[in-house]
Amino acid sequence: MQFIRLLSAIFLMLGILHHAANAQTVDDATLRPLVQALAGENFDNTTKAISDLVKTGDPRVSSLLNALGGGDLYVSKADKTVFLGKRQGSDYAATDPVTGATLAPVPRSAAEKIKVNNRLRREISAAIGGLTLMSENAGERRSAAEAILKSRDPESIPLLDRAIAAENDPSIKALMSQAKAAAVLNSGSPDDAKIAAIAEVSGGNSRDALGLLTPLEGAEGPVGDAARAAISSINSELAIWNAVQNIVYGLSLGSVLLLAAIGLAITFGVMGVINMAHGEMVMIGAYTTFVVQQIIRTTAPGIFDYSLLIALPAAFMASGAIGVLIERSVIRFLYGRPLETLLATWGISLVLQQAIRSWFGASNVQVGNPSWMAGSFDLGPLTLTWSRLWIIVFALSVFAILQLVLKKTMLGLRMRAVTQNRRMAASMGIRTPWVDALTFGLGSGIAGIAGVALSQIDNVSPNLGQGYIIDSFMVVVFGGVGNLWGTLVGAMSLGIANKFLEPFAGAVLGKILVLVLIILFIQKRPRGLFALKGRAIEA
Amino acid sequence: MITQWFFSHVDRRGGIVITLLVAIAVLVPLSNLLLPATSPFHVPTYLVSLIGKYLTYAMLAVALDLVWGFCGILSLGHGAFFALGGYAMGMYLMRQIGARGVYADPVLPDFMVFLNWKELPWFWYGFDSFWFAALMVLLVPGVLAFGFGWLAFRSRVTGVYLSIITQALTYALLLAFFRNDMGFGGNNGLTDFKDILGFNIQADITRSLLFATTALFLALAVFVTSFIVRSKLGKVLVGVRDAESRMRFLGYRVDRFKLFVWTVSAMMAGVAGALYVPQVGIINPSEFEPANSIEAVIWVAVGGRGTIIGPIIGAVLVNFGKTYFTAAFPEIWLFALGALFIVVTLFLPKGILGLYGTWKSKWTDRTARNRDAVLPPVAAVRSGHTPIPEPQAAE
Repeated sequence: MQFIRLLSAIFLMLGILHHAANAQTVDDATLRPLVQALAGENFDNTTKAISDLVKTGDPRVSSLLNALGGGDLYVSKADKTVFLGKRQGSDYAATDPVTGATLAPVPRSAAEKIKVNNRLRREISAAIGGLTLMSENAGERRSAAEAILKSRDPESIPLLDRAIAAENDPSIKALMSQAKAAAVLNSGSPDDAKIAAIAEVSGGNSRDALGLLTPLEGAEGPVGDAARAAISSINSELAIWNAVQNIVYGLSLGSVLLLAAIGLAITFGVMGVINMAHGEMVMIGAYTTFVVQQIIRTTAPGIFDYSLLIALPAAFMASGAIGVLIERSVIRFLYGRPLETLLATWGISLVLQQAIRSWFGASNVQVGNPSWMAGSFDLGPLTLTWSRLWIIVFALSVFAILQLVLKKTMLGLRMRAVTQNRRMAASMGIRTPWVDALTFGLGSGIAGIAGVALSQIDNVSPNLGQGYIIDSFMVVVFGGVGNLWGTLVGAMSLGIANKFLEPFAGAVLGKILVLVLIILFIQKRPRGLFALKGRAIEA
Repeated sequence: MITQWFFSHVDRRGGIVITLLVAIAVLVPLSNLLLPATSPFHVPTYLVSLIGKYLTYAMLAVALDLVWGFCGILSLGHGAFFALGGYAMGMYLMRQIGARGVYADPVLPDFMVFLNWKELPWFWYGFDSFWFAALMVLLVPGVLAFGFGWLAFRSRVTGVYLSIITQALTYALLLAFFRNDMGFGGNNGLTDFKDILGFNIQADITRSLLFATTALFLALAVFVTSFIVRSKLGKVLVGVRDAESRMRFLGYRVDRFKLFVWTVSAMMAGVAGALYVPQVGIINPSEFEPANSIEAVIWVAVGGRGTIIGPIIGAVLVNFGKTYFTAAFPEIWLFALGALFIVVTLFLPKGILGLYGTWKSKWTDRTARNRDAVLPPVAAVRSGHTPIPEPQAAE
């Protein structure tokens, strides 16, 4: 009873929406006597009136029937007119059931409720279900089928059969078949029908199917066997999807790591310099995005969707310029002393953090998402957000562009030369100090670009960089220096390993395990996965 | 006899520092306990605890200097050993609370009752005994350092790689100790201590005794460091610092020397942490923050690495500055600390003691010249400069 009420409420809402949207198919004059007939002498007359109403196919019928089922239809004692009533003190606030016009309030003593019994209620709900399943509106049909899929009401099976036969939209048809199968499983149908239903159900959404099949797991006979077989096949399918989800999530985490680490890999590879202020370059990129968005908001709100595209070069320039400045003012005096460089850049990171904190405040700033980053899409049973996908695409394009710069430009050639043998490169006329400065600028600029991307998925605060610095070091150490492919493989494998460990060990313990694994891995390959081959004793 | 043995293992500066430390270990508590509060020589209790805290930091700095200054291993994770020693002491202090906690459970610490734990986890057994806890203060950091160092040094992980890995070590421990189900109090750590060895931990006399103990242990640390550095083994360590491959080719098992000094240093840091906890009254996972470990490195750098008393001077000075700045100009402190990192690495590679050394040698030069009435040659003015070393390739 409860759920029929619920169902009627849903359908009532749908009916009202429908009423507003669709033109009526029969005129008021035809409909009026049929409505009057609902107030018939006995239940048989009312039943006939219901089926007459349904035959008209008028969209107003479903809301009328709902009102009847809900006990909102009254008949006045004086002139026997039928009206929609709502209790209001000692009166009924009356509405015309056909036109929807407001009528004069009727005193409660002057009206009588049209009575329904259980048999009539079944007729009504079946009629309503049939009406909405056969509705003109595709969305309405879909919702009706979904409602039955949830309620699994066996009485709706004949309705569904008719609706399936009439349905043209394949996706709604599939949904209706699902709903029917669910209803069949819930009914006292014969075994072969149930087995067919099991096959039907397991073809649909795996999680829903599992919910439908689990109650049958313990059943005897062929139905139970079929259910158990279906459950195990669904479970193995789910396991595969689970793995797919872990891989996708791992790739997106890996892309974040790749973005954060790739600039670090360049500076470390070329100059052997550990830049502890690298995280702050990422942070500056994120704040540049914030500033760009603020300017766009106040001057040209119309181009807000393109704010990230504008922020990319701006962040590259801002972080890159600061990087060159740091290199020229501090780091160039410390070449050959990597441990001191590490300390000095740590000092720089403290200064930059505090500078941003004094400037923009210690709390998070609000960076908006453009509309094309919002929302999600379905991949099988998985729901993935667009931002997750975009960050993978973005990280890979940054990687590809950087590879091109290294392989196809003069600067890239010089950078590779200096990485491989600094003295020899200098002897061949390469101005290594300039290469160093530009490399540092390039690495910092890439960090700035990473900041633009990270501003979309993380809180933008002065501590933003701190959260990434250790992870990006791990990527560089794991992947090896002097080869960007190492960074790519390192970032992606760390990301995926993290996501696969999480379900077993929890997020924090998973991270700890990854750190321990890296420490152990270094035993085997102290110079990372893709180390430069050389004959030097000391790196 | 003993004094002769003692002074044969420390230099003049070390001797002065040890004497000074022993002196303040006696004088500061006496002044705090015996002199009236109105006396100009009275040291108030808060100051006793504050200086006591500085001295534990100084001990951490000495430990770090032993590996960095004398063996070239830059650890960015020494805070982890410090914190582990602190946790071992904190566990003892927690067990001493007994039934006086908020939940009045005679065995379980408050946070375990709060988390609905029914019995004490196995790794808390034995911590009701002080001597067991004291042993753990040495053993836990020692064993961790031994295992970690054995893996790292054997496969010749050196330089910045090693630094990054040590940072990852303390970061992993930070994450681990933040978890509630680790059984170390999670985010809040261990606190609300009541007494230590039967003394009320808040009482003036306990605080003074803790201070004296800290000063004496720091003196011991200085002595141990001097002893190691001045021995033949110490010469090998300096050799490893300056030319590791050459030492290996000469036939020294470099990894074993490193492992020894690394483990000793970690245990020293653990003792420092154990002395730190009763004086500040709390230990929580933030002690594992990588930033803390790096800050300890700057204490050593400021004072002068490769010297024995430099780290003590650096730790006390920087922390005094921190106390002053964070109270007076909180927004400037990080600027000041950051600038300190940059200035020290750029202009004071040998720290304050190095500055003092060059200043002293200049002064003796000048007095000698004045005595001989010789005009100073122009080139000598520039003698304080060190040329910038050639950039070296990563490979």
